[in-house]
Amino acid sequence: MNGQTIIDKLWNAHRVMKIGDESDLLYIDRIFLHERTGSIALQSLEHAGFDVRRPSRVFATMDHIVDTTPGRTDRTRVPNGAEFIRATRESVHAAGITLFDIGDPRQGIVHVVSPELGIALPGLTLVCPDSHTGTIGGLGALAWGIGSTDAEHALATQTLIVRRPRQMRVRFDGSLRPGVTAKDLILHLIGRHGAGGGAGSAIEFAGEAVRELPVEGRLTLCNMAVEFGAWTGVVAPDDSTIEYVRGRPYAPEDAAWDSAVAAWRTLSSDETAHFHAEIAVEVGGLGPQVSWGTSLQHIAATDGVVPSPDEAADRHAKEAMQRALQYMDLQPGQALSALPIAAAFIGSCTNARLSDLREAAAVLKGRKVSSDVRALCVPGSSTVKRAAEAEGLDAVFREAGFEWRESGCSLCFYAGGEGFSPGDRVISSTNRNFEGRQGPGTRTHLASPATVAASAVLGRIGSAGELS
Amino acid sequence: MTMDPTFRGIAAPLMRINVDTDAIIPSREMKRVSKTGLSEGLFANWRYLDPGAREPNPDFILNQAPFDRASILLAGKNFGCGSSREHAVWALKEWGIRAVIAASFGSIFASNCLNNGVLPVRLDEDTVETIAADVMEDPLANQVTVDLEKRRIVSGDRVWEFDIGERERQMLLRGLSPIAMTLQSDDRISKFEADDTRRRPWAVL
Repeated sequence: MNGQTIIDKLWNAHRVMKIGDESDLLYIDRIFLHERTGSIALQSLEHAGFDVRRPSRVFATMDHIVDTTPGRTDRTRVPNGAEFIRATRESVHAAGITLFDIGDPRQGIVHVVSPELGIALPGLTLVCPDSHTGTIGGLGALAWGIGSTDAEHALATQTLIVRRPRQMRVRFDGSLRPGVTAKDLILHLIGRHGAGGGAGSAIEFAGEAVRELPVEGRLTLCNMAVEFGAWTGVVAPDDSTIEYVRGRPYAPEDAAWDSAVAAWRTLSSDETAHFHAEIAVEVGGLGPQVSWGTSLQHIAATDGVVPSPDEAADRHAKEAMQRALQYMDLQPGQALSALPIAAAFIGSCTNARLSDLREAAAVLKGRKVSSDVRALCVPGSSTVKRAAEAEGLDAVFREAGFEWRESGCSLCFYAGGEGFSPGDRVISSTNRNFEGRQGPGTRTHLASPATVAASAVLGRIGSAGELS
Repeated sequence: MTMDPTFRGIAAPLMRINVDTDAIIPSREMKRVSKTGLSEGLFANWRYLDPGAREPNPDFILNQAPFDRASILLAGKNFGCGSSREHAVWALKEWGIRAVIAASFGSIFASNCLNNGVLPVRLDEDTVETIAADVMEDPLANQVTVDLEKRRIVSGDRVWEFDIGERERQMLLRGLSPIAMTLQSDDRISKFEADDTRRRPWAVL
């Protein structure tokens, strides 16, 4: 008999009842809302005459629309943005939901806030109307992004009807070289297996390189599972996860803590567990990665070249590459390290935690951003910002020539109503290089915080290794 | 959200792969705390030469007759990947799209479609290509029939069956509220909560 995967174990612990042959009604432990869609969901729910079933398990934060310039108020450059902020404030207060508002020391990007406050824990289910909710899988939770209507369902019933997913295990074998990060791992995986390679699966990330990742790196890895076309990603919790969670504001205490740890210790795939698909990637020789095109499958090494559409797997992939070359203003065979950049951005739910800021600051210390580059750092949460300031990282960023902002989603996707300019080539620690994502006509290259920092100094795409 | 058991309409081929929800509706086009008023922002970066001035791009398929009256979208694989914004479906629906046919979909997008009475139809890539080729030959003569009752797509004398969960199909045909349906099992949820509080005291807030 086959054993259970970690996904089976998480799933079964939350199954309220079967729904038809293919789906289950799953209990949802935590719901997180943000001001872009939270107010719509709550208003719509109220209009339909339903109450929020367990307000104590629901949290909201301001991240998608809020301005990130220092001294901010409700004002934002998002069209009618203040309306979203005020509507969210009113509807969460009416429903009795805890809000991390502008000015609250706990405010920040939802997927940064939920683990750092201990609201997200191993073994829980957590949903949010945001596609990067899978981030929380890095703790060993089952977490996934949903739309507004499903958010209404979760709020009203504390459950969701979910089709049992295909399961995949991705094993990263070998140890990462110094300076190579979780971001490089996930970019490499998607580059190699395609933006649809995850095929709607629940993916367990496993292997030596994953075990050696700090918890914040595992959050980065799972954050981008959705860019691989996965339903979600998960990493089995271990000692480092338990140490990460211990003592956080909403983490269990005393006897509850002991029983939690005992439960978390059982959360790993049995040796005889079956996955529908397995992928193994050897990562010992991997170097820093960067995206060159407009899809997450358009990935190369920072010291590599722009590939030719003739290398594409099929006609559609070839056409997509041709469109990407045109949008990105690139030629096949061009060295990526020859591309001058207009801007460098460190931020987002992918790479704006304290370890990311430390990684970038280590590159920037004693160096200056190239004179023609606009550089910004937007900490992932107000908590991260304070912690970074306490150890002097803000000074490193500022002295190098970076803007130092308040927390929010910011220029990852035109949040706060800010974008880069048409034609700007931007290196960014974010998660999506889609056409127009960071502004109409803006050309986004995704990379790790270290690579973004190094590129800012070099004035062109390049890795930290080129500076030492 | 109910849907007609069968309908016939003009299908517009947009055969790019990995069309993301930022492309379907850019963030800056989501201007109100509302599920309506979004169709103007549909595909804004492609549909307008200058999204600010709203000058139509004559090369974009949905700006070309008769595709400007399309009710079915034929799309490349992994359609609707990316952001979870349900606004992408609200915008498509308000513009007039009632079904999207593609080899695969972003999983949140597909759920959002079902929740709004827009049918996501999965057919294999070659089939979608075949329908698209027929449509390009003569979009009016080769209109496409979406038959949710019989779970099939008809184009000319060709018929393709598609899969859809029975629960989803009934929800679309009968216009049932998923929340009301789930709350019929409220006692099961309450019992789960009571048991779970004993089993996982650490998970309770």
